[in-house]
Amino acid sequence: MMSEMKTAAYLCSGCGLGDKLDMASLSKVAQKAGKMAIVREHPFLCSEEGVKLIHDEIEKESVTHAVIAACSRRSKTEAFSFPETALSRVNLREGVIWVVAEGHEEIRQEMAEDYVRMGCAEVKKMKLPRGNPESGKEKNILVVGGGLSGLTSALEAAETGYKVVLVEKETRLGGWASKIWKRVPFSSPYNDPQNTGILELISKVSAHKNIEIHVNSAILETSGAPGKFVVRIGKAEGTETEVKIGAIIQATGFSSYDISKLPELGGGLPHVVDQAGLEQLAIKAEGKPIAREDGKPIRSVAFVQCAGQRDESHLPYCSGHCCATSIKQAMYFKDAHPEVDTVIIYTDLRTPGMGEDFYRSAQEKGVIFTKGKVSSVENAGEGCRLKFRDLILDEESTIEADLVVLATGQVPNSGVNIELPEERNQVSVLNLSYRQGKDMPQLKYGFMDSHFICFPYETRRTGIYAAGPVRRPMDMLQATEDATGAALKAIQAVENASLGRAAHPRSGDLSFPTVRLEGCTQCKRCTVECPFGAIDEDEKRFPLFNESRCRRCGTCMGACPVRVISFENYSIDTVGSQIKAVDMPDEFSEKPRILILACENDAYPALDMAGMKNRCYSAFARIIPVRCLGSVNTIWITDALNSGYDGVMMMGCKHGDNYQCHFVKGSELANYRMGKMDDTLKQLGLETERVTTVEVAITDHEKVAAFINDYAETIRIIGMSPMKGFG
Amino acid sequence: MSYRNDFLKEVEENVEEGEWVKMCMQCGVCAGSCPFGPHWEHSPQKIFMMIRAGERIQVLSSDSMWMCTSCYNCIVRCPRKLPITHIMHGLANYAHRLGLAPKGQPTRVFAKTFWDNLVKTGRVNELKLTLSHYFRDGFIQGIRNALAMKDIGLGMMKARRINPMELFGGHGLQDLEGFHAIVAKAREIEDRKKGLKNG
Amino acid sequence: MAKKSYAFYPGCSSQLKASASNYLVSVNSMCRILDVQLTQIPDWNCCGASIAYAEGGELPRHAINARNFALAEKHLPGQDIVATCAACWLGARESKERLDVSSALMRETNEALAAGGLHYKAEVNIRHMVEVLIEDFGYEELKKPVVKPLENMKFAGYVGCQTNRPFGIDGESFENPKYLDKMVETLGGEPIGQYDQKVTCCGGALAFSEPEKSQKQIREIVESAYDHGADMIVTPCPLCQANVEIYQSEINKKQGTKFSMPVLYYSQLMTVAYGGSAKDAGLDGHVIPPRKLIDAASKK
Ligand code: SF4
Ligand code: SF4
Ligand code: SF4
Repeated sequence: MMSEMKTAAYLCSGCGLGDKLDMASLSKVAQKAGKMAIVREHPFLCSEEGVKLIHDEIEKESVTHAVIAACSRRSKTEAFSFPETALSRVNLREGVIWVVAEGHEEIRQEMAEDYVRMGCAEVKKMKLPRGNPESGKEKNILVVGGGLSGLTSALEAAETGYKVVLVEKETRLGGWASKIWKRVPFSSPYNDPQNTGILELISKVSAHKNIEIHVNSAILETSGAPGKFVVRIGKAEGTETEVKIGAIIQATGFSSYDISKLPELGGGLPHVVDQAGLEQLAIKAEGKPIAREDGKPIRSVAFVQCAGQRDESHLPYCSGHCCATSIKQAMYFKDAHPEVDTVIIYTDLRTPGMGEDFYRSAQEKGVIFTKGKVSSVENAGEGCRLKFRDLILDEESTIEADLVVLATGQVPNSGVNIELPEERNQVSVLNLSYRQGKDMPQLKYGFMDSHFICFPYETRRTGIYAAGPVRRPMDMLQATEDATGAALKAIQAVENASLGRAAHPRSGDLSFPTVRLEGCTQCKRCTVECPFGAIDEDEKRFPLFNESRCRRCGTCMGACPVRVISFENYSIDTVGSQIKAVDMPDEFSEKPRILILACENDAYPALDMAGMKNRCYSAFARIIPVRCLGSVNTIWITDALNSGYDGVMMMGCKHGDNYQCHFVKGSELANYRMGKMDDTLKQLGLETERVTTVEVAITDHEKVAAFINDYAETIRIIGMSPMKGFG
Repeated sequence: MSYRNDFLKEVEENVEEGEWVKMCMQCGVCAGSCPFGPHWEHSPQKIFMMIRAGERIQVLSSDSMWMCTSCYNCIVRCPRKLPITHIMHGLANYAHRLGLAPKGQPTRVFAKTFWDNLVKTGRVNELKLTLSHYFRDGFIQGIRNALAMKDIGLGMMKARRINPMELFGGHGLQDLEGFHAIVAKAREIEDRKKGLKNG
Repeated sequence: MAKKSYAFYPGCSSQLKASASNYLVSVNSMCRILDVQLTQIPDWNCCGASIAYAEGGELPRHAINARNFALAEKHLPGQDIVATCAACWLGARESKERLDVSSALMRETNEALAAGGLHYKAEVNIRHMVEVLIEDFGYEELKKPVVKPLENMKFAGYVGCQTNRPFGIDGESFENPKYLDKMVETLGGEPIGQYDQKVTCCGGALAFSEPEKSQKQIREIVESAYDHGADMIVTPCPLCQANVEIYQSEINKKQGTKFSMPVLYYSQLMTVAYGGSAKDAGLDGHVIPPRKLIDAASKK
């Protein structure tokens, strides 16, 4: 539709740019090398007047492609917002004058000129994104799981005005929360157990006009994408309903670790229960002194913390809530009958948040806390005998109790582990019809993968959110917050989807990947590597993109060996042309060129920060922001090396179990692909140091400058690339 | 060993600030803050644990509480704000009154001498206090102790900070009778409350 | 400034011919210059110090302190009780605070006092002399009378325990209280900065019963003062003063050290800086004579 390309470049000489750079020669570069039809210089481009100049010209001259050579693309985004124009921002301020040390005027000017060339080259390869034409408008929200988390999500979404479909596998709503006597306090004073409030919540949800409830039901199939999921719900009786859904919240909770796997701690003995078992006894007692299953009143009770938790042979993690839960349960005894001996044996007592007050309150009530490691629990007389090592007094001890409570952990109800689908007793929860598997990708121990540090509700299936203990072990208060957060994310997802825009983290992005199927070799790398399961296969086994599931990371583009995947405004060419636009000095100039592909989520902001903080780095660097290291196609690197770059550095997020990659797998995949780079380098007869990857967090502005400078030094030592002049 | 709370209850009822013992969270800060730390067989932290574990005799016959110099380091550092110093004092007092404290424990002996000295005249007579302390183990040992410290005594005398004449009188209260009546009454009330005889 | 009056509680060690008698001498001189009227609480008794607990227990300890309070209320109504001894201040203040929060203890205490014909109304305020100086005067005021700044003298401000914990001087940290250093500066002397044994315990009353263990503490306190180039140690506590000064010879004898570090009271420094003689400042009362300060005092 874009009839004719009309280009323009706007150079700003404000913010000290005019003092430090030769603006006239930059203009000339834009004109000659950049081939910009219009070139303007302005002393204060982001001012009202400057912005108006651009606006008017876009109008009058029908400018379709514009370059703004001024500050970083991360600043003045509101002033320089021209939605109808393809735009490239050339970073002369944070990226040049603020980071090149004084006394390097010549190479600073060269750097600025290269960036202008790169911007002009890039913009000519860009198209204005049109938005996803396949967008779905469905806004109903499906909540899977009718426990505290699910009920909370459902109610929050419904109260906001969205229609909710709630599916629960059991015959009653309420989950664990309806199977406990009282809960740990959520609100001040943090002294006593509080009512769970679950009945009130159930009745609110049941009565809500926006909520449709399916109990005794399961999900038979989930297909489609955000804004247009089609979900088949099956009732235990065999009936089936199909619903159209915009976004999904999975709040399927946890199961209690099976105590029969803990025989050494008495799992299986008649007077040994888990925390859930104790709740049953407490419910039966209704606030009166608690009796055992056999009716005998309990005069002494011992709680064993971390029963099969933080233990490699059972659950390697801490479930977070169980210390506070045992404290609460000990209070059941003390509150009903202060003479009952209650001992909590722990190795480390963990009471985050207001749990510390609750802990103190239990001490005041006379609950005894003993730091020790329990080695065995056996039948003895009418009750049990516990043997443990007292870790303070450093001695073996025994204690007898009428009842022993094991604080076991939470096992997530996450469905099929799609990476190990052959694993035991896996029943799918969502039954996704996605190529990559039936359920949500997991991170560790069965908990759902989500961006743990920054975006906890975001899973690796766009439009599907995890809430509550299925995401990570948590207590009821945390589950409530989690459920609320997930509901908001689901709402955001349906709204974005209906407009054909991306969800997190490129929220609002209108671009989406397209594939030139004529060139596709059906290698399936894109379908396999997409971290978000966005790509299925059509009948002819070609990749079938579900744009609405796509996060626009470009990992598929980075993966494609024949380079047929691209976005309108981000493609092999937009970056490739920038790489080629750099003016390459010859081998004897002693002016190396270092290409830096920097992740725009963390590394690029850190580089800008380095500029703001005046951390200088080598003026031989040429930095190109990329959406994610996952989008880096190896062709860019081989092209760069072939055209004479002396080194290529990739800056991206941390990968691995504690990844910080905004696209989860992007930096990991990049790392994996680069692992194969060494062979390529050897074939080219180049040193392996010529390509390197560093991990950078957004706060690393000190480090980024050092990384670049150290790398420049490495390049100086190994010498200039022999490839110059051949490319 | 018993994990019944009997001893804890006993401590709560009879020991100064004893009701705080249950509030200890076993962080160990007190143990690490005590100037005489290495000389404690059981640190305050451990003592609190032993009380909860019902180790009555081990606690009350321990030398440990007698190591407290009243520096208050532990008190100001305890994250749970336990009045540790006072509890140590209280335990020492309780053990002493029960007759369970170690016999001849030097601080125990000194403390008794000090109090007796105090009660006698209403003020402490440093010379008498010193001498009675040195002679605590009998006459011969007393001479030895005093000789070992004689340089200090002489120095102090030269600096006019010890007065040998004090031995024959020295400071005292005018209303000694009233003072004695107050002390006796206070002791009587305390004993009644704690069910103790004068130990 | 108008004359300030306080009910004075000197404590046993400050009595004539007792271990801190020179403290009292210097306090009297200092107060004369600052126009402070100290009136001894008539017939005051011992506070029990930090060692009375073992035999004395709880109530007798509070009762003997309350006797002093009652006497002050009776004879010196409206005046704050001021103690110069750290242990007296601490013991008295501890009793007062306990009585303030426990009506039962208050009742029992008054029952005991009644046996001696006294009654405690809980009207007194208990303060340390250092508090009076810092709060009622302030460093600026304390600087005014200085006529002989303590030039070329370096002082290790040894705060010790009992003026510092558990109550402390308002606004000071327990781990690094600064008031002594500030006083030294006010008087024109040089405080040593990082004195790492500033709040170390000297062994207190246990210097008597556990000499070996206490002397290890004292050794560290003195050694660190030497390491930081101090000429003298200054302290607000009579027990600290006595322990740290008089055991140096013992330590020298047993461990071959050559310690000879004078240990002074802040009030002695003040008296000298305010132009008092060595005698006014009680400088003759030391086992280790503070030569530099004596010289300064005798200079015209
Ligand atoms: S790899 Fe990224 S850009 Fe490609 S389809 Fe998947 S989510 Fe979209
Ligand atoms: S007050 Fe007593 S127990 Fe506490 S640190 Fe000092 S000496 Fe140790
Ligand atoms: S510092 Fe306090 S809480 Fe910590 S071990 Fe000691 S008494 Fe317990």
